[in-house]
Amino acid sequence: MPLVRLRDVSRVFANGVQALGGASLDIEAGEFLSVLGPSGCGKSTLLRLIAGLAEPSAGTIEWPQGRPDLGFVFQEPTLMPWTTALANVALPLKLRGLARSEREARAAEALAGVGLKGFEKSYPRELSGGMKMRVSIARALVTSPKLLLMDEPFAALDEITRRRLNTDLLELWQRTHFTAVFVTHSVFESVFLSQRIVVMSARPGRVRSELAIPAPYPRSEAFGTSADYAALCRLTSAQLSEAMAA
Amino acid sequence: MSARIVAPVLMGIFMLALWEGLVRAMEIPTYILPGPILVAKTLVSDWGTLWPALVVTLSITLQALLAAVLVGVLLALLFSLSRWIELSLFPYAIILQVTPIVAIAPLIIAWVDDVNVSLLICAWLVAFFPILSNTVLGLRSVDRNLLDLFELYGSSRWRTLVDLRLPAALPYFLGGLRISGGLALIGAVVAEFVAGSGGRESGLAYRILESGYQLKIPRMFAALVLISAAGIAIYLLLSLVSHLLLRRWHESALKEE
Repeated sequence: MPLVRLRDVSRVFANGVQALGGASLDIEAGEFLSVLGPSGCGKSTLLRLIAGLAEPSAGTIEWPQGRPDLGFVFQEPTLMPWTTALANVALPLKLRGLARSEREARAAEALAGVGLKGFEKSYPRELSGGMKMRVSIARALVTSPKLLLMDEPFAALDEITRRRLNTDLLELWQRTHFTAVFVTHSVFESVFLSQRIVVMSARPGRVRSELAIPAPYPRSEAFGTSADYAALCRLTSAQLSEAMAA
Repeated sequence: MSARIVAPVLMGIFMLALWEGLVRAMEIPTYILPGPILVAKTLVSDWGTLWPALVVTLSITLQALLAAVLVGVLLALLFSLSRWIELSLFPYAIILQVTPIVAIAPLIIAWVDDVNVSLLICAWLVAFFPILSNTVLGLRSVDRNLLDLFELYGSSRWRTLVDLRLPAALPYFLGGLRISGGLALIGAVVAEFVAGSGGRESGLAYRILESGYQLKIPRMFAALVLISAAGIAIYLLLSLVSHLLLRRWHESALKEE
């Protein structure tokens, strides 16, 4: 029984642009899934629909196991600049009405979980791009969601920071067992991170093909330089080209 | 001391010296143009008349500014809650703003019995628009993704307002407040001019008029100096408030690194 089942989901914007043209997809509980596709293929829209931030124009989204708690990580860190890292991470708990002491304790724990112990009192502007993204991930995880939706979260970061965050994200995922849906336009990133990759076609987006990435976890830097990895990247890349040509 | 302070101070001293020198060299009569030293002396000798007048003008200014903040922010909140309210009221707010205060002040003074209240209304009319328009802009300049995030966690409209929209609008509001501080003073002075007779409590503008009639030009200048000083003080004070509130997080308050 999948966690969420999408059937022929499409979405037409108010200006008439069709972002999604009938996407069908099952997401299994606990998996790490990447959604790969060219820009403008409706990947972000797909994520927003799953999050309930928008309604599908047609098709259905079902939650066979009930709608779980979910976390969302945007392309930008999307932090409130006027308050501290701790208060930013505690926000979801505040909106759910938890008492101050409890939400701050849990937020501090979540910050420590992304390697930012000691930065509780820092304001976003005092943090680097990578650290801001870590705060954003801590905020998404602070409610211990069953499903974590990520919309090209590391696209704006430099290569070195991105690698660190990729490894750390995998480690978090293995430690906390959430279901991860990771939207990206990077073949290398999707192969490195996921168990399964869904390749989408250009707009109006639909699911073109699916690949399993059988490599075991934990995946380290060594995996990223292995021949297996290179072969999988080549395969994925070919699928992406096919999807874009179609 | 940095050049930022030294340069304007030296320039000021130079201009004042030039002024004093020209007045003396050309023997200009004091009822045409008094020199800065005489103005300073008058400021001290006439302090007993000028100080109460300053207090009157300042109190009207501050009350008007306070009213402008209250009404401006409340209207901005209403506008942000309802598109219809905004569409129906905003054009009239603009009309109030573009109508010269000198033109409507006589009407207001004629309609309202209490002179102080009419002065207050005039100063408020000039001061409230920058606060209104800036706050409306600020309430709308909220990061879309943050709004989505609040929605995702089921935030109520009230919580979103308090925790997201208001802090996001704060820098814009403070920008408007700094403009309105100066405008409130100008509004108060203009209205006093139009009102003419001061009654039992007369502000600085009335002192200027009176000195003009009596050809006490040095006192007129002294009153003028006080009005300028008050305007500068209000601006600096509001800038300080703005800096204190924004220094931890807003780009405008950051030092170059």
